[in-house]
Amino acid sequence: MSLENLELFEVFVRSSRGLDHKHVGSLHAEDAEHALDYARDCYTRRSEGISIWVVKSADICSSQEDDAPEFFDPSDDKPYRHATYYPLPKEVGNM
Amino acid sequence: MNSLPSDLERAFQAKIDNEYKIEPKDWMPAGYRKNLIRQISQHAHSEVIGMQPEGHWITRAPSLRRKAVLLAKVQDEAGHGLYLYSATETMGITRAELIDALQTGQAKYASIFNYPTQTWGDIGTVGWLVDGAAICNQVSLQRTSYGPYARSMIRICKEESFHQRQGYQIMMELAKGTPEQKSMAQDSLNRFYWPSLMMFGPHDSESAHSAKSMKWKIKRETNDDLRQKFIDQTVPQIEFLGLEHPDKDLKWNEERGHYDAGEIDWEEFHNVINGNGHCNRQRISHHVAAHEEGAWVRDAQNAYNAKMKARRAEAA
Amino acid sequence: MLDLKEKTKQYSTRLGDDSLILGHRISEWTSNGPFLEEDIALGNVALDYIGRARMFYTYAADLAGNGKTEDDLAYLRSEREFQNYLINELPRGDFAFTMVRQLFVDVFFSYYLKALTNSNDTELAAIATKSLKETRYHLRRSRDWTLRLGLGTDESKARMTKALAEIWGYVHELFEPDELELELIACGIAVDTREIKDNWFADIGAILSEADLAIPDAEWAVRGGRKGYHTEHLSMLLSVMQSVHRAHPGANW
Ligand SMILES: [Fe+2]
Ligand SMILES: [Fe+2]
Repeated sequence: MSLENLELFEVFVRSSRGLDHKHVGSLHAEDAEHALDYARDCYTRRSEGISIWVVKSADICSSQEDDAPEFFDPSDDKPYRHATYYPLPKEVGNM
Repeated sequence: MNSLPSDLERAFQAKIDNEYKIEPKDWMPAGYRKNLIRQISQHAHSEVIGMQPEGHWITRAPSLRRKAVLLAKVQDEAGHGLYLYSATETMGITRAELIDALQTGQAKYASIFNYPTQTWGDIGTVGWLVDGAAICNQVSLQRTSYGPYARSMIRICKEESFHQRQGYQIMMELAKGTPEQKSMAQDSLNRFYWPSLMMFGPHDSESAHSAKSMKWKIKRETNDDLRQKFIDQTVPQIEFLGLEHPDKDLKWNEERGHYDAGEIDWEEFHNVINGNGHCNRQRISHHVAAHEEGAWVRDAQNAYNAKMKARRAEAA
Repeated sequence: MLDLKEKTKQYSTRLGDDSLILGHRISEWTSNGPFLEEDIALGNVALDYIGRARMFYTYAADLAGNGKTEDDLAYLRSEREFQNYLINELPRGDFAFTMVRQLFVDVFFSYYLKALTNSNDTELAAIATKSLKETRYHLRRSRDWTLRLGLGTDESKARMTKALAEIWGYVHELFEPDELELELIACGIAVDTREIKDNWFADIGAILSEADLAIPDAEWAVRGGRKGYHTEHLSMLLSVMQSVHRAHPGANW
């Protein structure tokens, strides 16, 4: 009875100049151009955006939760990458 | 069945207890997933079916401003349906499957939409009370444990606030209008007040899914707590309109700091859920008809897309 | 002899009629779209038209200066007083019918509004400037849909062909200014649609042929919208649209 074989696209919207595109949701469309139009109609009805990206959901390669230890833990022990690791004497001011 | 939780389950519950959001690729118990799909899709279907009782008044809205507002409002509900289908699809179930479940009666939608909207007054009460009750629920769901659902809720809540206000504004105009308008408002309040209270579902003691949903923080507040909130907030709103409160047993309870309310007619509640509302069949057959009438359009899109791909491949 | 203000008022009112009646028709798609995204997109188009109608009516009401409002114009005139082009009042039909009508109207408006931005009447020109942006987007949609449906399946092509045949006779009056418009054209206020005609035919011809469809070679033409000589569909539309408003004379909403 139902039939739905349009492709799924993820939608990213830049809400104003100077900001990153942010993921806002997904929609179905026949191709990327079409998805852009629908993203405009479905996700920016209140002028939420000035720029839109759409990406086929199937084209997104995502890290897996199972990989998280190998992926993300190693950076946990590199505190020297953070500015707070280096206390400065008051006298030198901000750096 | 093994009743002891596995390590995975324990780790999962620990995340929930620590208020970590669960994201699409995370491991989750089958029951959590099932429960979520049931709740989010039911929610999505409600948004979409909810377009009908208001949608058929767009053509009759009594002023151009109301026409534009109502159209924008109903269109938002379609958008909410889309956001929520999109959240459900992150769990690997397709919209087609969800729609199929709706149309074959396996999935439910909010029973309130099986009540008919008979007068323009109903467009006021639906926005004010039905969206109002929905908002109570949705505000609490902004903290739901599943990330995509929580994010959809945040987006939806932002849009909802105008829905309730436009409904209340309709009521204000009616209440201070001609005697006919005022009685239209009262009549509509009388018909929609109790069904709005039913939107929060059965009492906590009777609710089949409540305990598990609370433990997994899919639901954040219980049916009865949310209903109480709604009852309390609605009293001054009715008063301001100068309308009579439909609940004759309503009484302020100093000790509890809440209103005590009369009992809901649960027989009617179950009756409508079980298919005996005025519009149960109509709502589904409308949805099926639109979906089937749209089939040739979707087919054409797919065929066109395939042709274009083939053309590009040839050219390459 | 009507003065210029009165004529401009009538002109703005009929432009309001075109937008309201078409917007009303498109709004009938709500909850009936072929899928959710398209339902929402059609809603946006309908909202654009209703908004446009409100601007033209409000301006007309201002010119009348008799305390009447946009709603008086929309809700308290009869089918004989409405002066929209007939093409706008035809029932929404199937999705192919809706898209063919949109294509015709969108191409028409893309030239019409462009010309109206140069009107000597600055208010009309301002409304046109705002509306033109909307129409460009509408046209992008109706053009794309024409290609999809024309080149899609046998069924979609057949439905498009049928819709073209059913609508074709209603396009001719778009290019035939009546007396009121001729006078306002002479004053540099109204758009001379005779000057749009060639471009319109060329664009429609090109889009249709890209979609493997053709302009029907049919000889019929129905006219009368600008004279209030309507199809039977308009009175049905108005009795629905005006029912609540007229049942409560003088009420506020
Ligand atoms: Fe909603
Ligand atoms: Fe809403």
